[in-house]
Amino acid sequence: MKIYLRRQLNLLEFTLSSLLRRKGKNLALLVVFSAIVFMLASALLYSHALRREAAILLKDAPELVIQKMVGGRHDLLPQANLAKLAEVRGITQIHGRLWGYLFDPIAAANYTVMVPQTNPPEPGFAIIGEGISGARGAEPGDQLSFKSHDGGLLTFRVAQVIAYESALATSDLFLVNEDDYRRLYGIAPGLFTDAVAKVRNPREVGKAAEKIAELLPDSRIVLRDEILRTYESVFDWREGLLLVLLTGAVLAFAIFAWEKASGLSAEERREIGILKAVGWETGDILLMKMWEGGVMSLSAFLIGYLLAYLHVFYLGAPLFEPVLKGWATMYPAFRPTPFIDGFQVATLLILTVLPYLAATVVPIWRAAIIDPDQVMR
Amino acid sequence: MAKRKSVLVLAALGAGFLLFGGSLIDAAWKRDAAMARMEAASKWVERLELTDLVLFTEARYTRNLALADRFSAFQDHPMAFEHFPSGSVALPPRHLTRAP
Amino acid sequence: MIELSEVRKAYNQGKPNEFWALRGIDLRLSLKAVTVFMGPSGSGKTTLLTMIGGLARPTSGRVRLMERDISSLPEKFLTDIRRRTFGFVFQSFNLLKGMTALENVMIPAYPLGLPHEALRKRALEMLDLLGMAAKAESKAEWLSGGEAQRVAIARALINDPDVIIADEPTANLDGQLAEQFLEIMAELKARGKTLLMTSHDPRIRKAAVVDGIVWMQDGQIASSD
Repeated sequence: MKIYLRRQLNLLEFTLSSLLRRKGKNLALLVVFSAIVFMLASALLYSHALRREAAILLKDAPELVIQKMVGGRHDLLPQANLAKLAEVRGITQIHGRLWGYLFDPIAAANYTVMVPQTNPPEPGFAIIGEGISGARGAEPGDQLSFKSHDGGLLTFRVAQVIAYESALATSDLFLVNEDDYRRLYGIAPGLFTDAVAKVRNPREVGKAAEKIAELLPDSRIVLRDEILRTYESVFDWREGLLLVLLTGAVLAFAIFAWEKASGLSAEERREIGILKAVGWETGDILLMKMWEGGVMSLSAFLIGYLLAYLHVFYLGAPLFEPVLKGWATMYPAFRPTPFIDGFQVATLLILTVLPYLAATVVPIWRAAIIDPDQVMR
Repeated sequence: MAKRKSVLVLAALGAGFLLFGGSLIDAAWKRDAAMARMEAASKWVERLELTDLVLFTEARYTRNLALADRFSAFQDHPMAFEHFPSGSVALPPRHLTRAP
Repeated sequence: MIELSEVRKAYNQGKPNEFWALRGIDLRLSLKAVTVFMGPSGSGKTTLLTMIGGLARPTSGRVRLMERDISSLPEKFLTDIRRRTFGFVFQSFNLLKGMTALENVMIPAYPLGLPHEALRKRALEMLDLLGMAAKAESKAEWLSGGEAQRVAIARALINDPDVIIADEPTANLDGQLAEQFLEIMAELKARGKTLLMTSHDPRIRKAAVVDGIVWMQDGQIASSD
């Protein structure tokens, strides 16, 4: 056992001496390899964390959202529809929502204006998200003015800034009183943006949705499950986009590594011949090469993964921000919560190590089984 | 005695794996710490009946995915082509795709 | 005793460029002696040494080393015998470039699983024995021809083999270095080693340390004395 371990250690020692002979080249290889693992790991960690975070935050989103459609487009929902919906079996609670978007030319940002069902602000007051507060430098007591639908100026006094902690859900919110909302958008009383319903038995959401569709054929129904599923696919899509962009880099590296590892130069062939001639077995040479491939690929994995972890969870993935953010002004500066998918990480590890090991060992194996007498010739 | 390269490299790899394990522990710890934050956000989601995260406020569908061609942000902006993925991957609701 | 019977070796067998390097060799070589194989280029001297040293297998015939047939052993055993019994000094020395003299000497011993310190110590002893201790940390490509050869000899000795095989050892050495080589050979012989070498060199043929000469011609033995 001891001899076995010492033998491994000696072979590793030889491998390292051998790698150090082409210090610059091997170091460059390690850097490129690590950089690719870093990009892949960052994309995987980031999108998985975002997916999980979205799922947790939106677990209490409304079960059913009902919108009125006119000519295939969303339209305001009249009070009368609410009354009809209340009669659908299985629906325990239904009420109209009031919300809309408001473009603020000063911040060049889009706010989400909403009327809370409970504890709405006093008339003339607004509760604002942390992002708006940051974009406008507005603190409680400050005044913000907007043009209403008819060009008149509406002024709100900030009653409260929603805490930073919930920024991922609330950063762009501008909460106002119902009267202020209707004045801002010119929406008559009795009309709502859409409706939200609760269902007695969560398993009957689909049933309830079908009944609503029958009762109000001009409505669009959105289920919470669909929202969550869409979130999954949105981030899958983004992850996919990044991965597709990275594929080029990965392929380039694969070609480079294959070329380097498999294109055995005459010099390398000669060296294998020398090793065999001075008493190395084929197995020793393969083991030595496995150490080489193993050390290189494991180092690249560890360096790449650890840097990606720092990048995503400590620095907030600054490299991806431009891609993810688009031209969002209200993008909350949040650090994703580190949800790590063990399966993803294991896959990454295997995809990093195995192909590289194969690319180093297989061509050597072909060269190592030849008779060693060619060094004498 | 000369420091042996093999021992140094194995030690470095070992340290790397320790850090790797550390990252998992750190992640669990950070998750616990983030729970309060996520709870707070989740409370607002429940209270205001929000349906989306504030990530892509400029996308046509996003801040309310379901929703709202009436209020599409930047609808007439010259750059406002649908390059935001949520718009292109949101499937129509199932009850609409089923034949009547 | 090393015995060869009916040893034949073909290269590229069955192809248009088939070439018989050895055409039936019967030979007995005594241990603890210095034997030199002489003959023109292409006469099969080097091929014969590769057969004896287990670097290649004969196409037919047997090579017996101390009553043991080594020509039909599986590779694993053959390698084991090779590294315990034979040390090789190649004509072009075949040191690994970029590695130090010390590392080069250690190479044959790496797979044996000795503690690294012991291995290093032994390699230093070998270099010291050949007067190369001062150059232990020099890279192989910075050594002169004579120095490289002594490092190659040290490498051949590290696993303490009984038989040392040298291919044209003096071909790249000038007169004084060839003298030194012969002194080293004498020293090794005095330590009980068997020495087999090929040579064109008249200096070797006339050397006192040589016990026997085998003359070769066209893959066969012309004469031996």
